[in-house]
Amino acid sequence: MNDYRYDNHTVKGFIVSSIFWGVVGIVIGLWISIQMWLPSWNIPPYFTFGRLRVVHTNGLAFGLGIGAIFGIFYYIVMRLTKRPLLFPKLARFHLYLFNVAIALAAISLFLGMNQSLEYAELEWPLDIGVVILWVIFAVNIFGTIIKRKEDQMYISLWYILATVIAVAILYIVNNLSIPAGLTKSYHLFAGVNSANVEWWYGHNAVGFIFTTPILAMFYYFLPKSTGMPIYSHRLSIIAFWSLVFAYLWTGAHHLVYTPLPDWIQTLAIAFTVFLIAPSWGSVVNGYYTVGADWSKMESNYLTKFFILGITFYGLQTVQGPTQGLRVVSQLIHYTDWVPGHVHMGTMGWVTMTTAASIYYIIPKIYNTKIYSEKIANVHFWLVLVGQLIFSITMWITGIVQGALWKATNPDGSLTYTFVEVVAKNYPYWKMRTLGGVIFTIGMLFFIYNIYMTMRNGRLDHADAKS
Amino acid sequence: MPMRSLRGWIMADNIYNKPILFAIVAAVVILIGTAATMFIPMLTAEMHPKLANLKPYTALQLAGKDFYQREGCNNCHTQTVRPLKTEVLRYGEYSKAGEFAYDRPFLWGSKRTGPDLARIGGKYPDKWHELHFENPQAFFAESNMPAYGWMAKNRLDPGSIEQHMKANDFPYTAEEISALKDKNELEALVAYVQVIGTSVKNAPVAAAEPIVKEKHFPNPLAGDAAAIKQGAALYSLHCSACHGDKGLGSIGPSLADRTFLYVAGDVPDDDYFEVINNGTQPNMVEDGRTAKGGMPSYSSTLDKKKIWALVAYIRSIQQKK
Repeated sequence: MNDYRYDNHTVKGFIVSSIFWGVVGIVIGLWISIQMWLPSWNIPPYFTFGRLRVVHTNGLAFGLGIGAIFGIFYYIVMRLTKRPLLFPKLARFHLYLFNVAIALAAISLFLGMNQSLEYAELEWPLDIGVVILWVIFAVNIFGTIIKRKEDQMYISLWYILATVIAVAILYIVNNLSIPAGLTKSYHLFAGVNSANVEWWYGHNAVGFIFTTPILAMFYYFLPKSTGMPIYSHRLSIIAFWSLVFAYLWTGAHHLVYTPLPDWIQTLAIAFTVFLIAPSWGSVVNGYYTVGADWSKMESNYLTKFFILGITFYGLQTVQGPTQGLRVVSQLIHYTDWVPGHVHMGTMGWVTMTTAASIYYIIPKIYNTKIYSEKIANVHFWLVLVGQLIFSITMWITGIVQGALWKATNPDGSLTYTFVEVVAKNYPYWKMRTLGGVIFTIGMLFFIYNIYMTMRNGRLDHADAKS
Repeated sequence: MPMRSLRGWIMADNIYNKPILFAIVAAVVILIGTAATMFIPMLTAEMHPKLANLKPYTALQLAGKDFYQREGCNNCHTQTVRPLKTEVLRYGEYSKAGEFAYDRPFLWGSKRTGPDLARIGGKYPDKWHELHFENPQAFFAESNMPAYGWMAKNRLDPGSIEQHMKANDFPYTAEEISALKDKNELEALVAYVQVIGTSVKNAPVAAAEPIVKEKHFPNPLAGDAAAIKQGAALYSLHCSACHGDKGLGSIGPSLADRTFLYVAGDVPDDDYFEVINNGTQPNMVEDGRTAKGGMPSYSSTLDKKKIWALVAYIRSIQQKK
């Protein structure tokens, strides 16, 4: 059964690299969370909040997120096509180039080279590097799938193909700019148009970096680790097409009540509400898959990661559309509610599912068992509790901020000045740091577990027999 | 490809074993929403509005805007006032589509850790911004903003700014560029902050009832000990940063010297009320005296009683002299 030679070294390289960048991103996340309530932790010029926040978001979205996606996609594609990568040497080059690019990205952001487009901050020379990276990746993924030895493409491959295509379109269009020297450029689009392009990109970066790739992992590793087939193939078809269709209409829900034409906002809000359906298509599919035997939650340590992950995906995809509604947006937009929302998705869904996928992969390619299921359980509970403290605290802060900003006296004047509201946030911001620390400790247990599993095994070109 | 029925076509196997066809169909599906909400609107005039009196940035202002982006100010400050009652009260006139034609990219932001800046231009004097950038906590003790005084040590590089002006296609003169070498980064940042949102007329929103001009009337809380105490607390929160701890003046004029709007001789209580309530704009005339501007309006922040309490406090420090 295992007579294929898989490029497991590249897979492992990407996983280890992504964990490294993940640590950098999380440490900076803790740092900026402290800066929120202790401004003396700003160290100008390189380490002020304004510069560090983008290193945090880029480090985790591109370093941890994309790094893990590259490695795990290579792993999945090889298994689902029943062959090694078409261009294994190109994949190794891809790994080295990825690490160079992320390192340069981090340095350039510390230096303040910043396009001021959220999640597309990198300046144009690095954008070109990112496009090259993506083309290399796409060539290998498409080539390997075209030359596959298994006729049917499984669900995960659909999500992988959609990710490769969508990210390419989004990234290239939003980063079109007018260069003004090597380290500075101006967006090709101006004013309201610039805003519309950016949030078309920004929201779909969430859709095609934090959603479709993670669903690809979910649909592959949930059946693999539980031994149970996906509940409904038809449901996954409907969910897939309606998800990739609807996502692209929704970006303007980030621009509710801005000067963007009202009809674009309204259309975006309507599609955002519709998006609940395909999102929950995958949630239901996941629940019913494990529903065949819920005892797997106890007997198989990975099941709970996937089920909690898809649960937070389900909550995220109800909370998000709710936030898009004008009546909710006017209260919570621009407040800490929104980082609370984002972190439920990234800490609860993306990191949970990705970590579980890595727990599955590493023992497979190292021909061994996981070092300690007990440590994995400790990791699970710590990241769960840490994330909940973080998110719930931020939702409360957001509502407090929104409500106090709106409070008026009987004569119509405002009850609170801006800084009076800031002062009331400090206890919540401290609480968020505590949630972050607990989450980070959980991630350290994860890293230790992976490290020890690697030490106990031997990396091979074949997979361990399960 | 024969299309038996939509359902048959979607569900049939004939796409899930053809990766190239699958990829093309997926790309088309992705591009429909992209075209409808992003690409087609871009081709219409609706997405390229420009106010008649909106001016391109000067070289100094553009340099300041570049530093605003470099320091990631947009991570904590928005630049768009929503058309909501309390938002207009707090920040000023709501944002118009035509204000941003020279912003590449838009800098509306997505989070208000600090206040919105869409109407910050002209709200305070330059000196206020310089001192506030140096030490935000001296103005607002509980602010969490980092200090940016260090930027005053860095000189501007006229060559790169000229390149940036060219990239934006903004008009400039050689003198304008050469004058930059005597400026520092902080001055550029202040020049940018002072021009934000100024293409829209931003009259203060009078939340309190307007005062009848024709007749003066005294402070209803004059001499009231409790009001003076409250006024003292309000003073240190809202006024001391500009008018000094003891009201002797720093950025703003002294309040204790019985000189009002740069002319010696006192004025009735309601003139004090009006200046606090409405703020000042350059060349505004108050009781025959011409203002220079720079005093922000407190009409939406302080209710009538609080403003009278402040006037009572100011009178109390004048009497101590």
